[in-house]
Amino acid sequence: EEKRAGPASTLYCADGDDSLYPIAVLIDELRNEDVQLRLNSIKKLSTIALALGVERTRTELLPFLTDTIYDEDEVLLALAEQLGNFTMLVGGPEYVHCLLPPLESLATVEETVVRDKAVESLRKISQEHSPVDLEVHFEPLVKRLASGDWFTSRTSACGLFSVCYPRVSSTVKAEIRQHFRTLCSDDTPMVRRAAASKLGEFAKVLELDYVKSDIISLFTALASDEQDSVRLLAVEACVSIATLLPQEDLETLVMPTLRQAAEDKSWRVRYMVADKFSELQKAVGPEITKNDLVPAFQNLLKDCEAEVRAAAANKVKGKRLNIMLPFIRLIQYTNQHVKSALASVIMGLSTILGKDNTIEHLLPLFLAQLKDECPEVRLNIISNLDCVNEVIGIRQLSQSLLPAIVELAEDAKWRVRLAIIEYMPLLAGQLGVEFFDEKLNTLCMAWLIDHVYAIREAATCNLMKLVEKFGAEWAQNTIVPKVLGMANDPNYLHRMTTLFCINALSEACGQEITTKQMLPVVLKMSNDQVANVRFNVAKSLQKIGPVLDNNALQTEVKPVLEKLASDQDMDVKYFAQEAISVLPLA
Amino acid sequence: MAGPGADMQWCFSQVKGAIDDDVAEADIISTVEFNHTGELLATGDKGGRVVIFQQEIENKNLPQFRSEYNVYSTFQSHEPEFDYLKSLEIEEKINKIRWLPQKNAAQFLLSTNDKTIKLWKISERDKRPEGYNLKEEDGRYKDPNSITALRVPVLIPMDLMVEASPRRVFSNAHTYHINSISVNSDNETYLSADDLRINLWNLEITDRSFNIVDIKPTNMEELTEVITAAEFHPLHCNTLVYSSSKGTIRLCDMRESALCDKHSKLFEEPEDPSNRSFFSEIISSISDVKFSHNGRYMMTRDYLSVKVWDLNMENRPVETYQVHEYLRSKLCSLYENDCIFDKFECCWNGNDSVVMTGSYNNFFRMFERSQRRDVTLEASRENSKPLQVLKPRKVCAGGKRKKDEISVDSLDFNKKILHTAWHPQENIIAVATTNNLYIFQDKVN
Repeated sequence: EEKRAGPASTLYCADGDDSLYPIAVLIDELRNEDVQLRLNSIKKLSTIALALGVERTRTELLPFLTDTIYDEDEVLLALAEQLGNFTMLVGGPEYVHCLLPPLESLATVEETVVRDKAVESLRKISQEHSPVDLEVHFEPLVKRLASGDWFTSRTSACGLFSVCYPRVSSTVKAEIRQHFRTLCSDDTPMVRRAAASKLGEFAKVLELDYVKSDIISLFTALASDEQDSVRLLAVEACVSIATLLPQEDLETLVMPTLRQAAEDKSWRVRYMVADKFSELQKAVGPEITKNDLVPAFQNLLKDCEAEVRAAAANKVKGKRLNIMLPFIRLIQYTNQHVKSALASVIMGLSTILGKDNTIEHLLPLFLAQLKDECPEVRLNIISNLDCVNEVIGIRQLSQSLLPAIVELAEDAKWRVRLAIIEYMPLLAGQLGVEFFDEKLNTLCMAWLIDHVYAIREAATCNLMKLVEKFGAEWAQNTIVPKVLGMANDPNYLHRMTTLFCINALSEACGQEITTKQMLPVVLKMSNDQVANVRFNVAKSLQKIGPVLDNNALQTEVKPVLEKLASDQDMDVKYFAQEAISVLPLA
Repeated sequence: MAGPGADMQWCFSQVKGAIDDDVAEADIISTVEFNHTGELLATGDKGGRVVIFQQEIENKNLPQFRSEYNVYSTFQSHEPEFDYLKSLEIEEKINKIRWLPQKNAAQFLLSTNDKTIKLWKISERDKRPEGYNLKEEDGRYKDPNSITALRVPVLIPMDLMVEASPRRVFSNAHTYHINSISVNSDNETYLSADDLRINLWNLEITDRSFNIVDIKPTNMEELTEVITAAEFHPLHCNTLVYSSSKGTIRLCDMRESALCDKHSKLFEEPEDPSNRSFFSEIISSISDVKFSHNGRYMMTRDYLSVKVWDLNMENRPVETYQVHEYLRSKLCSLYENDCIFDKFECCWNGNDSVVMTGSYNNFFRMFERSQRRDVTLEASRENSKPLQVLKPRKVCAGGKRKKDEISVDSLDFNKKILHTAWHPQENIIAVATTNNLYIFQDKVN
């Protein structure tokens, strides 16, 4: 490798100033005061290394980089990443160990992101070490980090054991196991957390006998650590460890710890069990799930901490029916936060349960939840209606839906109203035009005169989507007259809503309706006494112009826009002129 | 540790700050804190500055001149700000400093004013890069044509430079004034408390914090108490306490639930009806709460006393020490000059056998717990000769004044010692008078 890189770099430099100069700039900018320039240089480190050649990269560039750990995080992060891809630039696998010193110092900085990146790069280049180099260079580095004075270096060491373990001699293996054991009982919780989070990964590379002897005792110790932040990480490790062990050992080696975690005094640990439930279930297999996990899961759903119940509720989907139903019934005893979490997944269950079970078990729950006092619960049910619709058809629900929808539509909180508006097109599609006209149309029109602008805006958008769904003819008969009627409203905000609706509807309604029914109203409004209405007329004309035929544009739109362009109000003038310049007016 | 507390003789070591009697407001010391090894001592002031002193390496030949503290780093931590939304000025005054356990060669501390908490890194640099390709070391540019070879900069030794750089800013989480910050023993979270709420932060995450205690009533007219101080247990990462203006201390267990609105213990001493007066509520307000290093006890300071509580006994403190009981008859005038609202802090010595707190007239008090002995000492320029032994002071509470006693009426209430700190291992204390920092140590025989 060195032979190839050597001549290439001489060529590059010998070429004269043209090629040397940009590299010289890059090198100088490695110590520029501007972070951005330093960062740029670091990102082009490979270019610098290539120009220097492998020898100078090893003897000059790397020693300099090793001492630059004073720099800003973003620079260090980029450096740590670059060094992971540097093997060829230092002369190939034979010299890859030269990259260890700078990465070692990066693995001790205080910023977690930088340390993690350094560890990631170290893991990467560990694979490029020959077995001999791994023992001569890499493993000593891991040991140095593992016995470092500061916890930053010891936390970094935790991530490196698993990559060197499989490739070293059995003596060194024993040392590595001993180091890992030491870190698992480190004084600082930071290191114990790092060890706990790598326990599963380390277990995977260990021989099964050592998993049973070493890992299990470490796992048990970490799972009963005095700090709950450590204990909760043991739950994650539990998944990996359980998959490694034969079924018959699970009961004695893993289950006591897992059971203890599910009943831990700290809600954060129990939360972790609830959150990892699906993975745990897979890892321990069906028999233990049935006997052990299901009762534990039931307790988590009844947990005194709402966060735990919510995490458990989110995992209900995907459980088997007989496991699921008892929990679902629990929702009546539980609080808003959990009900709302459950409401968001419960609708998805209908597809798993099928028609009969849905009607028997879930329908009563949907109906109860539609009457829940918390709007969020009702909303979560309504927003997931499409799943149920596929299975049993929405008609089953329509009579109960209506009061819930009406109530949400009139909720005092505008964000709740906004949310239900967003589901209107979906509901309309599922309930059909007849039901909609009869029950929901009034609501949709009422939103147009809501006192909150965001609601009026959403209502306009909703009308457009409804027209796309039900067609122009339906629009002409049901909503256009009502929208146009608002043009005479004494409140100018409502008059403006007419214009906004026209903007939204013209395209969906097509040329005929736009020209014959909407345009006259817009033109008439150009005489409005409120300037805001007038300039919105100009904007509307610009918007609906493309839908109109040329004749209407020239004979009707043009004179009005010209009149508005000489309006006394600045904004009206501005928008009129803009419309004139955009529309194809001869 | 050598014979601690009242029995021990304390002698003057150093005084920091201007000698001028004319005190600039910005120079008033507002917090004092040793780091975990005691090698560094940080002070914060009303001008938003943090000054860090470093203990010199002991001179083995001169044991009596051990461990002088010299300025290590000074930096502006907070600047005055203006909240335009609320039309409020935000002072730059440093309310609290807390050191983080050391994580690498650098040191880290949290400093806070009323609204914003900052994480600072204090690091040393003793090498600088040398060598440019395109310019001379003095900045003059070279002729680009003269460059015939690439030069990689080398690092050369230089005089030690200490840098303080802001690493994180935790802002916008407190509606009221922050009175406490406390780093958790899990080394990854800390709490910040204001008058009505306590927030939990991750040290690495600045854009969100969790509100774990909220005592704000829906109707502010029903407000009857405020949070005055809060601290994490030194060993149990799940336990925290907060004190209130009503003289109670609540202990919360974060394992029980995500919100700590329900306390798991309430420490409260029934009021002595014979001492009941108009000022009872004001003077029972707790101004500071500190766990002992071993985590078994906590100490609270109210206006007139220091109390030590056993965490296992909620109904009364195990020890009560009167700090300046002679002021009980003066409460009326102390109310009029606002002194009654002074927030005195308190601290433990390294092995929890002695507690220390401040008083007026630049007096500070130490209570030796097992001997039930106490002493009053004074921080003053008069006894600031090297290694001069501090003479115990006595206040005459009434009756005939003995020689060497000071009458209550001649106490200077403008000279108050609110902030003190005790070295975590040695008998070295730092005592802040208005704008001076005194360092005393035990007498080495």
